[in-house]
Amino acid sequence: MVEPILKVEEIHTFIGKHHILQGVSFAVHPGKVTVLLGRNGAGKSTTLRSIMGLLPPSQGTINLKNRPIKGLKPYEISRLGIGFVPEDRGIYNLLTVEENFRVAMLQEDGKTRERMETIFDIFPDLKKFWKAKAGNLSGGQKQMLAIARPLVNQNELLLIDEPSKGLAPIIIDHIIDSIHMLKEYTVIILVEQNFYMASSLGNDFYLFDDGKTVHQGQMEELIQNEELKKKYLGISG
Amino acid sequence: MNLKWKRWFPMLIVFAIFLSPLLGINPKTYITITISGLAMGMLLFLVSSGFSLIFGFLSVLNLAHGALFAWGAYIGFTSFNLINQWTGWGGSNSIFLNFIIFLLALIISGLLVALLGIITERSVIRPVYGSHLFQIFITVGAMIVMEELIRIIWGPNDEVMPVPIKFMGSWDVFDVVVSKYPLIAIVIGFILYLVIFMILRKTKIGTIVRAGVENPEMVQVMGHNIYRYFTGVFAAGSALAAIGGGMWATFVKSIHPAMGGEVIVFALIVAIIGGLGSITGSVVGALLVGLSYNYVAYLIPKAALGITMLLLVIILSIRPTGLFPEGT
Ligand SMILES: Nc1ncnc2c1ncn2[C@@H]1O[C@H](COP(=O)(O)OP(=O)(O)O)[C@@H](O)[C@H]1O
Ligand SMILES: [Mg+2]
Repeated sequence: MVEPILKVEEIHTFIGKHHILQGVSFAVHPGKVTVLLGRNGAGKSTTLRSIMGLLPPSQGTINLKNRPIKGLKPYEISRLGIGFVPEDRGIYNLLTVEENFRVAMLQEDGKTRERMETIFDIFPDLKKFWKAKAGNLSGGQKQMLAIARPLVNQNELLLIDEPSKGLAPIIIDHIIDSIHMLKEYTVIILVEQNFYMASSLGNDFYLFDDGKTVHQGQMEELIQNEELKKKYLGISG
Repeated sequence: MNLKWKRWFPMLIVFAIFLSPLLGINPKTYITITISGLAMGMLLFLVSSGFSLIFGFLSVLNLAHGALFAWGAYIGFTSFNLINQWTGWGGSNSIFLNFIIFLLALIISGLLVALLGIITERSVIRPVYGSHLFQIFITVGAMIVMEELIRIIWGPNDEVMPVPIKFMGSWDVFDVVVSKYPLIAIVIGFILYLVIFMILRKTKIGTIVRAGVENPEMVQVMGHNIYRYFTGVFAAGSALAAIGGGMWATFVKSIHPAMGGEVIVFALIVAIIGGLGSITGSVVGALLVGLSYNYVAYLIPKAALGITMLLLVIILSIRPTGLFPEGT
């Protein structure tokens, strides 16, 4: 069995006094897109924020390539090679597209320029609007900027929280294509409510309910399993 | 189009206020008062910019900022006197040596108060990040302590602030009285504004700071230790307050322990008018306050402070987020 890149075991996370995550466990394997699914409020975003150290878990373990990262500061976790695309995208609207990338760049060398070229190939709009204020981009372009920004660094892992949120179907297709291309460069954890997107990108899936991981498997199994989809995702037919 | 108009709208207000007193003042006096108003504005800018930047980036309401300003004035006072005893440059007829001693005193004051700012941020402010209410309590406490320390170290009385000899008096330009020091203050203030602006706009550190004003969490998950930047911005803001304090004291030629409390009110007003976190907003806001204060002080002396409040109310009713809410 291949070693997982990320292994999350039995984490519990509080927000203030609220016990939000009550036992989340999953493993992310190289070469795969791992999709986290579940109804609104199930704890998917909180899980990503726990991994990033923004909401440090009170118990459980998180290992990145066998190295424990729970308790590290967000900036330390990021520097170990985890990129994060939050649910609200986290764009710096007042900065230009170029400046958004500059903040993300931890080094600026030949490799960075190569990666920038790859990014421009996958997201040509970002090259076109390089000098524009990020706040003036369309919703889809903002999402692309949010996804592309962490890629300027050599990351092990990219966490993407609901990239389809608020976007038109045709743009969602475009984002799906882009993420397909990214699989070659980084391992991806995708949180997604849009089952069409989740099923077209996912290899492994984990189902969340009430702050716990309750099911796991291969995406093809979930696509077939009407009962699971109905129970945890509210999808019928 | 609409966006451009929004950008220039604040300038129009400044311009209107700038010219309106011509209706009631004779042109020569008007120029003299205008220079003095611009000088007051640039000095207020130095205090307010630090205050505004600290609020915008750290989201900290630092009411001890005025005390840092007072410390800046006192350290500037002592440095100037010590260097002058040793070199006599303050009384020299060479304007160059006058500048050297003046700038040395400001630099020493800026550096020492930056250090004081770092200590304040680490010990007093860090525990109350995120809570404005606690920040108000604790920074007012820090302000009182710092003010008392001034009384203990330098004594409770007013002191006369030394002024380099060539900075005194005025030039006569076509019958218009142009005071020397206010002009010098305007130039130094403007240079400092340009320096801050370029740092924020052109350097990587500045870009990260601007990103942090908008979304500090995202800056952290991009691998930057935001607390180091917090400390840096706090130190820079404190240094600006100190330089402002030293220059202000030279302007009014005196210092006293409570001088910080008076100026913090102005700093707050300027920062809010300009848009919290915006450096250009601070300049425009400070010039507005400085000019209107001086015009009104000449026309109706009793209404001078009132006009500042009125200005605040008017601008906030038109633009609740201040003149330059879009940053830098
Ligand atoms: N800041 C917060 N304070 C209190 N409860 C929160 C906060 N953020 C999220 N929650 C709660 O945590 C639960 C999980 O939220 P979240 O992780 O955002 O769910 P998901 O991303 O799966 O929709 C929800 O019940 C939500 O109400
Ligand atoms: Mg969510």
